[in-house]
Amino acid sequence: MKRFLAARLLAALTVVAPVAVAAPAAAQSTLTNVSYDPTRELYKDFNALFAKHWKAETGQDIRVQVSHGGSGKQARSVIDGLNADVVTLALASDIDAIAKATKKLPADWQKRLPNNSSPYTSTIVFLVRKGNPKGIKDWNDLVKPGVEVITPNPKTSGGARWNYLAAWAYGLKQNDNDPEKAKAFVAELFKHVPVLDSGARGSTTTFAQRGLGDVLLAWENEAYLSFQEFGDDKFEIVFPSISILAEPPVAIVDANVDKNGSRKAAEAYLNLLYSPEGQSLAAKHFYRPVKPETVSNKADVERFKSINLVTIDDTFGGWAKAQGEHFGDGGVFDQIFKPGN
Amino acid sequence: MSAEAATAPVGRSLASPTTESAGAKLLLIVLGLGFLALFLVIPLFAVFAEAFRNGVAVYFEAFEDPDTQAAIRLTLLVAAIAVPLNIVFGLAASWAIAKFEFRGKSFMLTLIDLPFSVSPVVSGMCYVILFGASGYFGPWLDKHGIQIIFAVPGLVLATVFVTFPFVARELIPLMQEQGTSEEEAALSLGANGWRTFWSVTLPNVRWALLYGVLLSNARAMGEFGAVSVVSGHLRGLTNTLPLQVEILYNDYNFVAAFAAASLLAGLGLVTLVIKSLLEWRYGGEISSKHRK
Repeated sequence: MKRFLAARLLAALTVVAPVAVAAPAAAQSTLTNVSYDPTRELYKDFNALFAKHWKAETGQDIRVQVSHGGSGKQARSVIDGLNADVVTLALASDIDAIAKATKKLPADWQKRLPNNSSPYTSTIVFLVRKGNPKGIKDWNDLVKPGVEVITPNPKTSGGARWNYLAAWAYGLKQNDNDPEKAKAFVAELFKHVPVLDSGARGSTTTFAQRGLGDVLLAWENEAYLSFQEFGDDKFEIVFPSISILAEPPVAIVDANVDKNGSRKAAEAYLNLLYSPEGQSLAAKHFYRPVKPETVSNKADVERFKSINLVTIDDTFGGWAKAQGEHFGDGGVFDQIFKPGN
Repeated sequence: MSAEAATAPVGRSLASPTTESAGAKLLLIVLGLGFLALFLVIPLFAVFAEAFRNGVAVYFEAFEDPDTQAAIRLTLLVAAIAVPLNIVFGLAASWAIAKFEFRGKSFMLTLIDLPFSVSPVVSGMCYVILFGASGYFGPWLDKHGIQIIFAVPGLVLATVFVTFPFVARELIPLMQEQGTSEEEAALSLGANGWRTFWSVTLPNVRWALLYGVLLSNARAMGEFGAVSVVSGHLRGLTNTLPLQVEILYNDYNFVAAFAAASLLAGLGLVTLVIKSLLEWRYGGEISSKHRK
């Protein structure tokens, strides 16, 4: 009886235990890239390219681990201790936040690589349903009665902050640079937002897969990618009269690479982004390369439409100012966005 | 889904004091079945339908993705650590509560239920506040090169927290019901405490224990909120299967997402079948007659 019981109990205990030892082994060297939401496809290809390069250069195998999510949320994780060798986020102030909170990289990190440490840029466009049934042409069409706008949450998403600032820039331009009127316009716009996802990709699936909303405020790359993923016959891109130059920056997290012994690989990784191969990949994945002349497939560059873009520095006095003013606790976004209205 | 869901004791069929009209009965049955169909059967069917949308070959291809395989391994690993810890804790806590009188007993009972009432996201946040780089123990852990959050230990901790009531909740009412007379008899016949536990107490609760293990295992493998907060979402490294489902979905990889989800749904179905079997076969030994 006793042995029988013991056997049964053992069986109960080991319902799941036999595989306990099968933890993943990590013999090869690794590099961790903590990135924002819509770069999933880009870095999937780029990581393979980098592994090939690293192997050719050093003879070593390397595996790049990636994590994707809303840019602000990702920065928060790195601050809380996520062991990132490099961060490739949606905007400078998220990397500023890491530098400020952890001192793991210097405050002037953005000067270390060309073009404000942004190897590619993008902008904010509108994605609408095929045939543009609501006739959306510019920002002022978004606040018409019955139009639902999908955008992620500016508190957690970098793309959402670019969306918000692009709308603000339009509000300024229409109203002789009157910030109160711009604020009223953006407040009105957010009344048309039924749901705020935490990252850009969440918003895209909300709009494209779940079918919510009439217009998605999207990264240009994300809008083009949706054609590729969902077919050409479902959506249209609308280029507004004015938008913002989005510069997603990249940086090495110094304290982490020194701890992990991965500085060389991290530097090579980021430098490769600026190489002709890296630039070609960025263009292929619908990011605007900062050195378009080096891209191998010219068609990838020619498809980018030239639009009137404001910059964060000229219109908003840089990220350090814009972040606190608009997205900090009690900032303008907190004042204008009241959930449920 | 917990203790409350267990069946009533068998062998107590008394005539109902009230009888409903045939129409009312039909209405109740239609309502009940309609509810089940709407909230359980159709979504479950949808998961499998989406998973097999592009055929069986594509379905199985989804499991060739090394990141998905890693997520499956990690989920099993986390459950394999969390569930035995649960057993030890559940046995110890229920033994203490059912067989001994001490101060603060009802407080302890309340504490055991805490993870049921706290949102899993909050329990995940607790560990970030404790073990995160800017948390209470973060600097010390960092200095000693110990990574808890955004690594396997954090995932295990979060899972243990959300699952630990399951075993204890199954055992406490049963042990209370059984009282201490059999243990007293064993002790008076000269058995020591350990022997009494193995030969008397444990056999008496074995099916309830298995039942609790089953429930805590299902929850451990299926937990999303708490592990999402402490995961860091490193692909192939810190994503459990539920997190991998979300990632695949957001990667526009819908078939793979639903294929991974079908594994979790399958786990739920298997759990349900074993649970029903246990209730049917050992119902009397699982649920005490006077459940709290």
